[in-house]
Amino acid sequence: MTTLADAATDGAATPRIDRLGVVIAILMAVALALPFVTFRATRIAAGNGLRLFDALPPTAAAAVGAVLIAALVTAVANRRPSLRLALGALALVALALGAGAAGTHLTPADSPYARIAPGSGFWVGLFAGAILMTDAMVRLKLGPVGRLIALAVTVALVAGLLASGAWSHLSLIAEYRSRADVFWREAINHVILAGGSLAAAVVIGLPLGVVAYQLRAIRDPLINVLNIIQTIPSMALFGILIAPLGWVAANVPGAHAIGIRGIGTAPAFLALFLYSLLPMVANTVVGLNGVSRAVVDAARGMGLTVFQRLLQVEMPLALPVVLTGIRIVLVQNIGLATVAALIGGGGFGVFLFQGLGQTATDLILLGALPPVALAFAAAVVLDAAIEISGRGKA
Amino acid sequence: MIRPGLLLRLVVFTALIAFLAMPDRFAGLLAPLTDNGAPAIYNQGSLVSLTLSHLFTVALATSAATIVAVGLAIFVTRPAGAEFLALSRAAVNIGQTFPPVAVLALSVPAMGFGEGPTRLALFLYGLLPIFENSLVGLSTLPPAVVESASAMGMTGRQRLLKVELPLAMPLIIEGIRLSAVIGLATATIGSTVAAKGLGEVIVAGLQSNNLAFVVQGGVITGILAVLISDGFQILARRTSKRRGASPQASRPATDGQQAPV
Repeated sequence: MTTLADAATDGAATPRIDRLGVVIAILMAVALALPFVTFRATRIAAGNGLRLFDALPPTAAAAVGAVLIAALVTAVANRRPSLRLALGALALVALALGAGAAGTHLTPADSPYARIAPGSGFWVGLFAGAILMTDAMVRLKLGPVGRLIALAVTVALVAGLLASGAWSHLSLIAEYRSRADVFWREAINHVILAGGSLAAAVVIGLPLGVVAYQLRAIRDPLINVLNIIQTIPSMALFGILIAPLGWVAANVPGAHAIGIRGIGTAPAFLALFLYSLLPMVANTVVGLNGVSRAVVDAARGMGLTVFQRLLQVEMPLALPVVLTGIRIVLVQNIGLATVAALIGGGGFGVFLFQGLGQTATDLILLGALPPVALAFAAAVVLDAAIEISGRGKA
Repeated sequence: MIRPGLLLRLVVFTALIAFLAMPDRFAGLLAPLTDNGAPAIYNQGSLVSLTLSHLFTVALATSAATIVAVGLAIFVTRPAGAEFLALSRAAVNIGQTFPPVAVLALSVPAMGFGEGPTRLALFLYGLLPIFENSLVGLSTLPPAVVESASAMGMTGRQRLLKVELPLAMPLIIEGIRLSAVIGLATATIGSTVAAKGLGEVIVAGLQSNNLAFVVQGGVITGILAVLISDGFQILARRTSKRRGASPQASRPATDGQQAPV
């Protein structure tokens, strides 16, 4: 009986139709049916959805529609990963160019307040195209260098679209234009918060991890304390740190002069640093633990001192695991730095929470999309670095 | 014999309950943090009801996420769902690079203000750790165990319910723990989109420059997160003990690490 049942399920494992492709095709079809862009008379007025053929001149609409339908058909009917990758990418480009063209086409010459934003159809189509591409990349088993190239091409395409002015009539860009100075200032704040706390965590966390690896007695208590810190919600930790830092600023001579305040960057930076310690310390310990005893003994036999052994043998071998810790920290800090705006710490969160306060969708997007993109890019780069550093090591 | 760690947690839990039940008794403790005679205890709503609605939001979203994520993990580890396996792994990896606060903010245009976007964001983001852990648990079972279950004449369904799920349970519970902790933190941020919860106390404190509010909101959420996380950890340890010696302990999972939110 079992064998029969197994045979039946095994048979089902290789169906003729690609069911994932069917899901993608359905999403694409939904995307074509939903409004492609929304038109609003003013920045915060209610939106009015426009389908593809209402949003674009007929030829442009037909071109975008044709590309999306080609992607839809490929998803169902063709299993070649390279073709699926190409069609997925083409669909994303068509959506991006189409949305920009709709912005230009629909913006009335006499009404500078009108806002055109990508609609639900655009987002669903983007999602479907992204799945098609991701699936193709998984099947192509793209190596680290290939993934870095794909990222670089994506960044170049987006930068090119932004620079060319193809999107200049979209509301998100309008929102950016009206606060370009502040945007870049907060972008730098965001990067300093996320990157600076990472740097501090590497400088302190690596040695701490090495010490914890060598002294069993402090390892468990240290990791336990860091674990508890890690569990505290960011908004709570940001808030809790305001009181002691405010006290330090008021009572320690010189603290105020170097920028320590109760609210603002200081508590945010300290909180991000504290959060970063666990992945750094724990991964250093795990990485060093994973170095084979035989290698360490051989190094000792060669007459290397403890310090030489650590720097020349153990740390290089532990590098991939340590890099994994850095990846965790960087991705999480880019996200958490967004919350820092709540306590005056700056960063992209400034726009996100302002947007929430004004119910201005474009402003929310302006604050939410950059950290998403940054975190994603950081993950791709570090994943590639981890894979490359791990090559040829047991 | 009570271990010191457990004793400490009991003390902290009792203190939390005492504070929530009679916050005014603690006003003296928090008063030094206020200026110009501002109230030391949050006075724009009851702390108990805020705590309960915060916990309710998290419980609701995490339960829904558990059902869906475990279901999906079961589906992609059966022969019928095998073609979705590689993609779903990639999707979870990509999804987890999205900051939860961005997921929350992006739910607002879709759902409006209030509890809706918070629950949606909690649910969506909560899926990821549970799905990832269930997937690891279900796809790295020792082949010998699964084969001997089949050899005993178990059907696919029996094997799933009596062998695979129980073996994967500690990892699944670990995923639920991560999801609940992330949810608790995201629900705090949810107060900025008008969801009822403890973030309200922190936000009110920040807006009126009342440190006492900020600290009490922060400490209550912090303690809740640590206690809930501990509870799930104890549960996970129980289930892996009940299964006897665990090959799971040496299995690469999420290393018990989590990202704060």
